[in-house]
Amino acid sequence: MAIEDDVTVVGGGLAGMTAALAAARDGAEVRVLSHKDSTLKSASGLVDVLGYRPRSAAADERGAGSDESANDADRGEESSPADGPLADPFDAIPDLPESHPYRTVGVEGVRDALALFDEVVGDRYRGSHTDRNALVPTHVGSVKPTARYPATAAAGLASDDRSALLVGFETVTDFDAPLAAAHLESAGVPFAARGATIAFPGDFRVDAKITRFADALDANERVAVEGDGYTTELPVRTALAEAVKPHLRGEERVGFPAILGQHDPAEVCADLESELGAAVFEVPMGPPSLPGMRLEGAFLAACREAGVRFTTGNPVVDYETGDGTSGGSGDETGDGDGDAPGIAAVRVERNGAAIPFHADQFVLATGGLVGKGIDSDRESVEEPIFDCHVPHSRDRYDWFADDAFGDHPFARFGVETDDDLRPLDREGDVEFSNLRAAGAVLGGYDFAAEKSGAGVSLATGVAAGRSAAREVTR
Amino acid sequence: MSDAEQPTDANEPEGASDPNDVREEETVADDEFEPVQVFPESEEMDLRPGSDDCYKCSTCDTNCPVAEVDDEFPGPKFQGPEQWRLKRKDDRDIDDSVMSCSNCMRCDSSCPSDVPLSQMHNTARGEYVENQMDKFSREYVRNRILANYRTMAELGSKVPRLTNFVMGNSLVQTFNEKVLGITSEREFPEFADQTFREWWRERGGAKVRSDEKRVAYFHGCYSNYNTPEVGKSMVRLFEYFGYEVVVPPQKCSGTPMFANGMLDDAERAAETNVRELAAAIEDGADVIASCTSCSMSLRQEYPELFSFEGTASVAARTYEALEYLRLHEDLEAELAEAEVDAGEFAYHAPCHARNQGLAGQAVELLDGLSGANAEDVGESCSGISGTYGWKEEKYETSMKIGEEMFDHMETTDAETGMTECPTCAMQMEHGTGYEIRHPLEVMDEALVGEGRH
Repeated sequence: MAIEDDVTVVGGGLAGMTAALAAARDGAEVRVLSHKDSTLKSASGLVDVLGYRPRSAAADERGAGSDESANDADRGEESSPADGPLADPFDAIPDLPESHPYRTVGVEGVRDALALFDEVVGDRYRGSHTDRNALVPTHVGSVKPTARYPATAAAGLASDDRSALLVGFETVTDFDAPLAAAHLESAGVPFAARGATIAFPGDFRVDAKITRFADALDANERVAVEGDGYTTELPVRTALAEAVKPHLRGEERVGFPAILGQHDPAEVCADLESELGAAVFEVPMGPPSLPGMRLEGAFLAACREAGVRFTTGNPVVDYETGDGTSGGSGDETGDGDGDAPGIAAVRVERNGAAIPFHADQFVLATGGLVGKGIDSDRESVEEPIFDCHVPHSRDRYDWFADDAFGDHPFARFGVETDDDLRPLDREGDVEFSNLRAAGAVLGGYDFAAEKSGAGVSLATGVAAGRSAAREVTR
Repeated sequence: MSDAEQPTDANEPEGASDPNDVREEETVADDEFEPVQVFPESEEMDLRPGSDDCYKCSTCDTNCPVAEVDDEFPGPKFQGPEQWRLKRKDDRDIDDSVMSCSNCMRCDSSCPSDVPLSQMHNTARGEYVENQMDKFSREYVRNRILANYRTMAELGSKVPRLTNFVMGNSLVQTFNEKVLGITSEREFPEFADQTFREWWRERGGAKVRSDEKRVAYFHGCYSNYNTPEVGKSMVRLFEYFGYEVVVPPQKCSGTPMFANGMLDDAERAAETNVRELAAAIEDGADVIASCTSCSMSLRQEYPELFSFEGTASVAARTYEALEYLRLHEDLEAELAEAEVDAGEFAYHAPCHARNQGLAGQAVELLDGLSGANAEDVGESCSGISGTYGWKEEKYETSMKIGEEMFDHMETTDAETGMTECPTCAMQMEHGTGYEIRHPLEVMDEALVGEGRH
């Protein structure tokens, strides 16, 4: 009866797909349930492990779970991190607070996950030759410490001292090249940066989608270009190089917003490089993000090849336990002496009907507050599918810091787990014997402040996936 | 006691422990976004609050198959949330580009913020056709004819051979294109010599009687008039598993009408369908459909657009045929025992199957059946989108969207295509010359065996 797999992963982002891939490669029959298309489409495509030391370290050591916000004096001091970006993220992992997911999986867990990542993306990514963080310029002109970056961003590294021209397009409004260049210079990069804004050659609509430009570059479509009193047709890569040339004043490299092809950005870059006589790189952009889409494509392909099944389109809303009762209504054990109940199935909701998906093991990878894996109202914070315990203060004024860029407790909201990534209830006992959590649904870390989002998703995804597979294949 | 052991939902209907026994109207009404509650003074549909959920990430635009190939089309973000904001001012007309939306509903599944995009498009299109379109224009007449395919089909199928002969005539096709704006590039779908309902009557209705296992078959127009073999396979398969099949009176699901902004026509059809199907549900049946656009319509578009009594329970109890068997029978175990001589298929998941979470289903099921295999030909939309690809001015766009699928089909080992959607099948056949089959036919062959009627 019904649909049955060994491992069911709830969530189709980086953590979910990584968990699914790891479990499938270890021999499990795996299904990914995802409400919407993967949120990787919105991801920058940069894979950070740890860019900055968490400011919460001190607060956490005072007492995990109390979630007292730091006092004003502390915060003033901490909001200007003295140590700046981390050179070696692996070095810093053992000193992280106990509650940090990296402490659960350990340095080796992070390395294993990166090895899997490197193998999935192949030569599309750089950074695996060293433990040191690379510094990648972003579309707002800041510099982000990251562990792996798309090959197309390689020529743009901020540690490189070659002078750079950033080229923006009038109609790609998310990237203001002169502003980004000015920001980069004021951030103290060791090279001269200048920005220019041009019209993308050809007759595209004013609000053309970035994928439209990417498709044109992929196919090297011919576009009409105005010459001296005449109109001519050129392949778009040539036309683009011609439009950039008058702005180039001897810069050794040229940066474009990340729109250089959906399918073969390496070839687009190479063509532009030979036309321009300068190195060419992409600057990662906000959503919808082509580097994110390319990464999604690479992971989807790897998952499919490993036999992972995908069911997308409807949300998982609750679960059934072994005796067939629905989520939350049973009171099976209650005494919490390690005799945790097991989940028999999760239920997908579709216009009033609930469709059960059975499995032996489950992985929760639904994301954090932004991804809706953690939900909140004015009263409380919850994990909506399994109702796993999310530590938070009763007083919602303790959930945030007054300073907009302060050390916000809400940024670390999420489930707490045991060593095997199984969520814990209020008393510290395992919630369900066969449920593990991965990615941003985990608490205890602030991926935005410490730049660790992708790394945590990969590391906990691999660990949860392998652990789940071990249970079903033994 | 952990939080997990406390009741999560006070509104949970009784009987929720049986996952398939959620009949209460409230289960849908509670969760659905209800615009009139926010602006009680308004009697009309107002989706502006839904549009406020849009934070302009533009992901829908990059997933829209029409925007991908048609530079003139502004994309779902404009058609939906932006247009609904603009038209709060009375002097704003609906932009006519909304007629270029093909109603594939892909924007819905790409939106990370649950903006009701396709609902906005459907209502905007309805308003456009109602208030701005000249009812004597060629476009209106043509769209009305296309949208009301069932009416034509009913007439045509009375004399199928004559109709097939006439519609295949090149003079008629030229007339259709020049006068009506229906492309002459396509081959008009042939009518079967005997409709599904005629076959059903001749057969004497159901062969299996059961009070416990009963399904009401929504065959839709296409499997009634054009491909009754799909309906016959459906009946044989369900009877094999011991189901009593009932075939209630029914009209068009409304899908082509939504896509053409003919909301009044759609409402009339929906009223009959909801009444008849709700009555079948009262008699203990679940509703099943063999066309994924039909099931999409009953499941999602009816509750979004209409409020007949019973709409919510029809939505909650409608399933795609194979989905239903997977949920209630051990279909995979049955298939593991079976064998066919069907070979390789190039499978295309229709957009409306994707939206229901059924995209991988046929491939998964054939995986476990020896003698048959299906390769998914990828993410792209087939491009025909029901009546869309039949319009003379949309034909090129439709074929450009389909190109990726055609290419992919040709690179597979398969020489036969497979899909659940009749118009996707038309497009697949048109673009590649492949014969196209419905997964139900292969399942029927595997489990019931050919020749048994």
